[in-house]
Amino acid sequence: MPQNTARRAGRRTTRRFTRRDIVVLGALLGIPVLLDVVIVWGPALASVGLSFTSWDGIGDIHWVGGDNYENLVQDYPAFWPAVRHNLLWIAFLGLVATPFGLLLAVLVDRGIRFSRFYQSVLYMPVVLSLAVVGFMAQLLLGTDQGVVNTIIGNEQDPVDWLGDSSVNLWMMMLAASWRHVGYVMILYLAGLKSVDPELKEAAAIDGANERQTFFRITFPTLRPVNVVVGVITVIEALRAFDIVYAVNKGRNGLELLSVLITDNIIGEASRIGFGSAIAVVLLSVSLGFVVVFLVQELRGARER
Amino acid sequence: MSRRNVLRGTALGAGAVTLPALLTACGDGPGGNKNEVTVGSNASDAVPKEAFAQAFKAYEKESGKRVEVNTTEHNEFQQNITRYLQGSPDNVFMWFAGYRMQYFAEKGLLVEISDVWKGFRGFSKALKDQSTHDGEQYFVPYYYYPWAVFHRKSLFEKQGYEQAGNWDQFIALAKRMHKDGIPVAFCDKDGWPAMGTFDYIDLRLNGYDFHKSLMAGEEAWTDRKVKQVFDLWRELMPYYQKGALGRTWEEAGQGLQRRRTGMAVFGMPHPGSQFPENERDDIDFFPFPEIDPQFGRDAVEAPIDGFLIPKKSRNVEGAKDFMKWLGTAEAEDAYLKGDPNNVAVNEDADTSKYSPLQKKSAALVAEARQISQFLDRDTRPDFAQTVMIKALQDFIDNPKDVDGLCNRIERQKKDIFSASAS
Repeated sequence: MPQNTARRAGRRTTRRFTRRDIVVLGALLGIPVLLDVVIVWGPALASVGLSFTSWDGIGDIHWVGGDNYENLVQDYPAFWPAVRHNLLWIAFLGLVATPFGLLLAVLVDRGIRFSRFYQSVLYMPVVLSLAVVGFMAQLLLGTDQGVVNTIIGNEQDPVDWLGDSSVNLWMMMLAASWRHVGYVMILYLAGLKSVDPELKEAAAIDGANERQTFFRITFPTLRPVNVVVGVITVIEALRAFDIVYAVNKGRNGLELLSVLITDNIIGEASRIGFGSAIAVVLLSVSLGFVVVFLVQELRGARER
Repeated sequence: MSRRNVLRGTALGAGAVTLPALLTACGDGPGGNKNEVTVGSNASDAVPKEAFAQAFKAYEKESGKRVEVNTTEHNEFQQNITRYLQGSPDNVFMWFAGYRMQYFAEKGLLVEISDVWKGFRGFSKALKDQSTHDGEQYFVPYYYYPWAVFHRKSLFEKQGYEQAGNWDQFIALAKRMHKDGIPVAFCDKDGWPAMGTFDYIDLRLNGYDFHKSLMAGEEAWTDRKVKQVFDLWRELMPYYQKGALGRTWEEAGQGLQRRRTGMAVFGMPHPGSQFPENERDDIDFFPFPEIDPQFGRDAVEAPIDGFLIPKKSRNVEGAKDFMKWLGTAEAEDAYLKGDPNNVAVNEDADTSKYSPLQKKSAALVAEARQISQFLDRDTRPDFAQTVMIKALQDFIDNPKDVDGLCNRIERQKKDIFSASAS
């Protein structure tokens, strides 16, 4: 009985707001909402608006309707490769690098010898920024003076790791994965540590082999971690700007939407309208993934 | 000591440091300090940076004014130039002649300096043209460097190579080099070095006037004349060293220095800064070979760097006084003492201390009937940056599809040049 009244009393106090509560709530909610609008939604909507105009950053802004989008799709040779590379990047990180990180996490979690050592080695690249990874890739893969070509010793017929447009994207995705794998591994390691060992024991008693235990028991209990890793993978893939920019300004086989935006808006070019149109495309691609995740999350929350 | 005291202490300390600075900044009022000229510099490399410092010191000594230099990394300066000019720019800034300058003059971002130009002596008409927009001058040229075919003297002697005068000889020479295992140097990872070769083939094949109007967007890129440029270029491709798209100009310059490659179409500072000092005398060049006798080797690609005053300059008077000095031969001498990779624009400049290479460069430009800048300086920056870099890289990647390439360039050119007209 006393418990009950306490709960009722508690409910009553939360329902009625004093003036001070409202002010505090308003400030606490209002400031983030305002910041969100000013910093996130404002520029995003401005980009959408600008994408229908032509502006060089100095003179007047002209309304050109859908011209920018038409030019983008039909006349801009870098556009479709960039879209393709962006999707390929997501696929590569999602289907190769992330599962590999999971595999390493599982191996390290099983307590193999020197697992601390492996853990720290694999985690090391995570502290580097992608731009630094790009510079390291250049030292390794340079045509004339790169380490790899020096080791292969093919001076007469060097492999152009960074310049050959059929090779360089894969090299860059490998370099980016080098960092991404460590990141994913550390997240999964934390997740694996929190899986209740009793679940595994129960599965073992029921006669499940290791593989079954992993896929039926461990992996599903990792669901919250999976979602986080999924989001991070997509963000990392869409953010893959620094590395290609450090290597060759994201040209010639390394085109990405983010690079095209920079190319058109920043610098002397100042095709702000046109660049905004590309930005809107990138926004739509990202929104696609955000929506998928949100739907997944909400559905999951309802089931729970 | 309590936390509050520490905080109060730091706040007071910070105030003591920043307040005087703020006060002095305010004291000059909106006009800025009349005894100080600020210069926005893109000379971030060690050699030119030091040379400019020496030159500005000479002005400080002569005028009794102070020169305050704000150096920005070269590419970053270029990337931010529009924002820089519209924000709070320095009194004077470094930039380039030709269309690059005209573009900003057209946008009303520059101060016209025809009055300063009236006092100038020693500048040729070609130079004045490069500093002029709409009949008014906006630019003080300072130095230039020609583009040509650079090579090592000693290597040519050892191998018995001879400088090529026309295209056939050029191709024959390239072929021989390739056979000897020392191919022609080529690089375009940075996106611009290949532009020099395109410019020269077009200038030699179609003449300066066509090249200029092509750059201005008045000719169609699908014209047979343009396709011929690419066709000729393709003849040279097999003799280039491999992997051009993964090679920076620095690496290509070092390849030339190590005798791994035989020759390269470059601007003078490119091999110049990659050769150690005691080997610089071994650098030689010949003008880009003749293709059509009608045009001969009349045109020389010689990008000119110099100084301009932004419209938002807060000390136009001081800036103009500084510009007056920058246009003199002594000012150029003061710079070139520290940087042997460029050539003075002023005819009265002291050439006695020039290296043989500088002398040859000066002669090359003096004899030129026309001076072009460089592809990215002769056309709209948005066209050069977003279209031509990729187009030339695509061509290097796949030299066979000239028709498709020219169509793509032409379509984008129309989009860009028409967007500005609307």
